[in-house]
Amino acid sequence: MTAPSPPQLPGRRLAANVMQFARLLRRAGLPVGTAEITAALEGLALVNLGDRGEVETALAATMVHRQEHRELFDRAFALFWRNPAATRQEAMLSLLAPEKLRPERPAPGSRRLQEAFAPPRQGRVREQEAPPAIEAVLTASERERLQELDFEAMSAAEIAAAKAEIRRLVLPLDLRRTRRRRADMGGPEIDLGGTLRLSLRQGGEILRLARQRRVTRPPPLVVICDISGSMARYTQLLLHFVHALTNLREHVHVFLFGTRLSNVTRQLRHRDPEVAFQLVAHIVPDWSGGTRIGEALATFNQFWARRVLAEGAVVLLVSDGLDREGARGLAANMDRLRRSCRYLIWLNPLLRWDGFAPRSQGIRAMLPYVDEFRPVHNLQSLRALVSLLSRPVTRGRSLDIWRKAA
Amino acid sequence: MIPESVRETAELLASQDYLADRPLATTVHLALRMHRPLFLEGEPGTGKTEIAKVLAAGLNRRLVRLQCYDGLDLAAAAYEWNHARQLMAIRLAEAAGETDRARLESDIYTRPFLQERPLLSAIDPDQSPAVLLIDELDRADEPFEAFLLEVLADFQITVPEFGTIRARTPPVVILTSNRTREVHDAIRRRCLYHWVDYPDAPRERAILARKAPGLAERLSAEVVAFVQRLRREDLFKLPGVSETIDWAGALSALDQQELDPATVDETLGILLKYQDDIAKIRGAEAARLVAEARAAAA
Repeated sequence: MTAPSPPQLPGRRLAANVMQFARLLRRAGLPVGTAEITAALEGLALVNLGDRGEVETALAATMVHRQEHRELFDRAFALFWRNPAATRQEAMLSLLAPEKLRPERPAPGSRRLQEAFAPPRQGRVREQEAPPAIEAVLTASERERLQELDFEAMSAAEIAAAKAEIRRLVLPLDLRRTRRRRADMGGPEIDLGGTLRLSLRQGGEILRLARQRRVTRPPPLVVICDISGSMARYTQLLLHFVHALTNLREHVHVFLFGTRLSNVTRQLRHRDPEVAFQLVAHIVPDWSGGTRIGEALATFNQFWARRVLAEGAVVLLVSDGLDREGARGLAANMDRLRRSCRYLIWLNPLLRWDGFAPRSQGIRAMLPYVDEFRPVHNLQSLRALVSLLSRPVTRGRSLDIWRKAA
Repeated sequence: MIPESVRETAELLASQDYLADRPLATTVHLALRMHRPLFLEGEPGTGKTEIAKVLAAGLNRRLVRLQCYDGLDLAAAAYEWNHARQLMAIRLAEAAGETDRARLESDIYTRPFLQERPLLSAIDPDQSPAVLLIDELDRADEPFEAFLLEVLADFQITVPEFGTIRARTPPVVILTSNRTREVHDAIRRRCLYHWVDYPDAPRERAILARKAPGLAERLSAEVVAFVQRLRREDLFKLPGVSETIDWAGALSALDQQELDPATVDETLGILLKYQDDIAKIRGAEAARLVAEARAAAA
């Protein structure tokens, strides 16, 4: 074959470097596979290799698929391109030390990058060159976090039972009419294309009309869950709940908040709950701390609402409404949230029917803006949670009673 | 036709009054040369859609635009059989005494009965090469994304009754998203990805000079300085470049020579599109930003 060779076929050294770089990205948690490496090499052949900016853009365009990964990529690139051979060594590693990057706390992902540069002792003696100080600090804080998140392991049978429970879950307004249609001989609409195809089987004679009906689908579900200290006893149950939910239903997004909001949807997608919870523990900074509901909702409204509340999403807000900040900014953000989603359900696991009046500032600020209020005085099992959420819509009277009490 | 270097690509875009920063020009160049779809994400009003238009004009190709929406299906996006015409053909065949079923079937599933929609039009080998703009992909639903995979991977569409239609010249494909929904990884992996950010002040001034010619230099500098400061505020929806251009046009229509707080208050609706944001900025905050912008532009 005499196919013309591409211009500037990248040298073998370059290819080796790109593969090394890809391995680094992969170990830092970026989904980089063979397809990305091939594309990156193809891209590099088309840019000026002497221009660092062009090289960086070519690699980013081919190896990064979402903006969230870009920061990690940028830092890995800066290190790797300065000296590919030395990236594993102490001098380079110290550049990634959290105190140099961000004074207050390590940037998300920096720990993953450090691990990628120096994989934690995988039987290779050479890796011990990694500076012990940084590693020790990080693993200590990690251990702390996992201790706070003290979960009993669920057996496989228990997990199966939990999933069976969640399958029974029917949320209010759970069916959304889409604009798609499917063939259904008993359907209300006539399907012209289908009728024609039917008629061809009869030699072009229309004997029967094909019919169709609209497809209905559950709308996206967004769970915003309070994991602050006052909610601590329910955290485990709620995490199992959202984990099963994320794995069973399509279009579920899960956010946890105490003082900060974290999107844990991707972590929860892991099928094994224990692994999923460990991943969650890695990224959630504030287990069992204080609550800033207003701030968490403000973050949600600002950065996530437009991304996850499309297609008539239903929002399930799980919180006791006890706000450390005295409900500052809460009403305005609840109002914005209510207006951005189709249906807002507030599940409050701490309210009692018997003689409780929702006097807390937070609860008063939130109540006017919810479509549904589901209080429960003692949330002990998934079964209870599922049947609570599956109750028919209680709009109107009961919500009015609560609002009057407030 | 297709530019040879990143510089030429940037020049091509600039010749159509699109001033791309270096990373964007590089990515566009790679997309053109590698025949890969280009997936652009970014805030509204940062010029994502504009790139497709500019490329079509610059490369002298026809622009095929597919605006996505929830429930967008095959019939609206790719092709649809013209059922009325097919039925008529059957009746006519009957009247002419045609009885061969197989022949009838093969006759009515042919190209004249196939109605082209944007995707099919973009890869139609009988038409001139195209730039295919799949706009606001985040508004479409997931079943549509799944269908797109075939089109994006091989630039072909398979019509079951008819066969596979493949592009002779692969179209330049631009996909845009405002991130109202996360687009699936499978789509991302087939594309080159670029996040389109707001431009920095010098580039925004240069864009304004192209898009709003005749604007006094002083006013232009103040407008850009003001908008750049506005983007640092804690707002629900930040103003994009298109808002800057609109606002500059409005100020010049009002015969403004320089920014003053009263006019800014009156025209704030061009920059900010949420009442909460307007209420937050209007008045003292706007006056402060105007003072800062004027000092910076002086």
